[in-house]
Amino acid sequence: MSTTVATEQKSERRRLPRIDLPPWWEKGLAPIVLIAAALVPFFFDTGSPFLQDCIQALGYVVMALGLNIVVGFAGLLDLGYVAFYAIGAYTVGWFGSGFIAEINHGKGIHVLVGGLAAKLPGVHLNFLLILVIAMILAAVAGVLIGLPTLRLRGDYIAIVTLAFGEIIGRIAINGDGIKLWGQSFTAGRQGITPVDPIDLPLVGRFQLLNLKPWYYFALVLVAIVLFVNFRLRDSRLGRAWIALREDEIAAVAMGVPSVKTKLQAYATGAAFGGIAGAFLGSFLNTVNADQFQFWVSILVLGMIILGGLGSIWGVVLGAIVLSFINTWFIPSVLNDVPGKLGINFDATQITFGIYGWLLVMMMILRPQGLLPEQRHKMELAENAETSDETLYTARA
Amino acid sequence: MEAASIPAAAPLGPRLKAIISNYGLIAVLLALPVYLAIHDLSTAGDLTRLGQNLVAGISNGSIWALVAIGYTLVYGIVELINFAHGEVFMLGSFVAASFYGTIGVHEGQGAAVLFFGLALTLVLCMLVSGSINVLIERVAYRPLRSAPKLAPLITAVGMSFILQNVGLLWKGGSPLGVADLINAQHTLVTIFGVPIQNGDVLAVGVTVPLLLVMTSFISRSRLGKAMRATAQDPEAAKLMGINVDTTISLTFLLGGVLAGAAGLIYALYQTTIWFQQGFTGGLVAFTAAVMGGIGNLRGAVLGGLIIGFLQQMSDNRIGSEWTPAIVFAYLVLIMVFKPSGLLGEQTRDAG
Repeated sequence: MSTTVATEQKSERRRLPRIDLPPWWEKGLAPIVLIAAALVPFFFDTGSPFLQDCIQALGYVVMALGLNIVVGFAGLLDLGYVAFYAIGAYTVGWFGSGFIAEINHGKGIHVLVGGLAAKLPGVHLNFLLILVIAMILAAVAGVLIGLPTLRLRGDYIAIVTLAFGEIIGRIAINGDGIKLWGQSFTAGRQGITPVDPIDLPLVGRFQLLNLKPWYYFALVLVAIVLFVNFRLRDSRLGRAWIALREDEIAAVAMGVPSVKTKLQAYATGAAFGGIAGAFLGSFLNTVNADQFQFWVSILVLGMIILGGLGSIWGVVLGAIVLSFINTWFIPSVLNDVPGKLGINFDATQITFGIYGWLLVMMMILRPQGLLPEQRHKMELAENAETSDETLYTARA
Repeated sequence: MEAASIPAAAPLGPRLKAIISNYGLIAVLLALPVYLAIHDLSTAGDLTRLGQNLVAGISNGSIWALVAIGYTLVYGIVELINFAHGEVFMLGSFVAASFYGTIGVHEGQGAAVLFFGLALTLVLCMLVSGSINVLIERVAYRPLRSAPKLAPLITAVGMSFILQNVGLLWKGGSPLGVADLINAQHTLVTIFGVPIQNGDVLAVGVTVPLLLVMTSFISRSRLGKAMRATAQDPEAAKLMGINVDTTISLTFLLGGVLAGAAGLIYALYQTTIWFQQGFTGGLVAFTAAVMGGIGNLRGAVLGGLIIGFLQQMSDNRIGSEWTPAIVFAYLVLIMVFKPSGLLGEQTRDAG
């Protein structure tokens, strides 16, 4: 008896003082963060590598917020998210480059594009149209991928989505051999390049060397996606997702339509992935089959786990941190260390190992993530306290 | 009472559903071989080519069967897809390829030297892979046993990445040729025009005894009984005095041991090893485990053989670059038609 009291006191003491934030802090933070982010380019050159990494990070934020809807809100573990990135990127490849060169007898199809692109062969649509198409295509793919998983739960969903991701990756790699009316489907490992840069009305065509417009465009995308994410989470649909995540049987008994709700989660998450894919395809100026490998799915999953499943700001933070680890820390910082120590070793080789290590450490030391979602945190804490009784039942 | 006991004729919809869920998967599986058999008969006049596919498929499939058992055992006992299992298999191959070079076994030696050298390598591979698997469980899964199900799945993916990186650093990023010790392509006998090669004999010759030992261990021995009890109900097993932790470790050990053996066979059979063989191979073997019905040992073996056959048909007829896509497409089809697999029971997750 005395020992239990002692341990209780001990755990009481170890608990950190909690800061009670007002409930609107999450939404109140958005304008502050966005304005702060909008000031960043003023401190850097138009072509600085840091800005390049920032734009990439913002693209990943969009992707991570999309995956967060599927995994974080609806609790459907998706290991094939790279499929939607691929679909978004190929939308740009097909509808915004000279890839389909033979169309319209070599004269091309042009919709709302000006300047140089209007004279080139191939399909050239306005980037905003491409974004919409990418969203629709990805959402349709999301529903198609979601359909076979509806009867399944847990690990099985993970494995089916993984299989779909791999199938789409395979199609991307081998697509140069698939001919439709004499036109190959993808350009395989060679890649579709160059891709049209974004061309907006009033702003004009983005230059590849002037990164500031790209940065602001990405920031606007992030702002829109953030807004949609907050609104969705607090809507009837968002509550239905969370209810399904917490307890599917109870949620269905309360009248939540499980099939429709799950498919909506897949479609919404996929649409965000499509947007991010279209943007990154245009920004990186190439759509290459090697970009769409399994590790991208894991990278994005790692972002939302690092930040905290289901927590919007956590996911944003996780995406930025992991993206910078990927594009800046490992190639630029870590790679110099062996050289300084006099060892001949390419540190970029251990990129996968670092991700894997991060995933394992995060799950063991801080499974709720850096900025945990309140409800999720409670769930994890409860399990930890009653570990012995719920040893096996908690997993089910 | 009378009226109630008369079975009402089920309406067509549910009956069709029942037929699809019972025979749909079998029909999907049979579609390809039947089509190819008709194709072969009409073009070549005999089934030799399909027979070759079948033989290669069985020897290939026995490798996947060994790996699939590891998935099935672990899933049966802790309900976790051990994503790192494929990497354990890959490391088994790497250990094999390094070890028989070290002890001086090389091509063209006498049969006795070769036999004992390979037997020693086999034991070592099995020990190393088994210990790695136990270590993975200890480090990455045991601390999370009480956590929500998502957590150990994510650490499993993390461990898989770490081990892949170990493989990458060890043997480099491109496929590596291994000494062709057993002369794998050499034709031993020809039955009905179908050549049986050394590699096929090795694969089947190592796999079958291992499987027999494993099944009799699980069904006869005391520890096997403990494993089955833990798989059924861990809490009740604990109440009966079974040390659940040890039993789970033992399960991982057995899975790893079989993966190590599969690693050796793979290295000898394919004569190339690669750090990514574990990822693709692991997914293939997992597909096999699911196809047979996860948690079911016989199912895993059956699934492995079927997947091996499918792979060979696809490699031979459609093109090996499409094989992974076809295996995964089958995985999805299984999930659509019969998530519980060919021999499996209905599980909670697969409902």
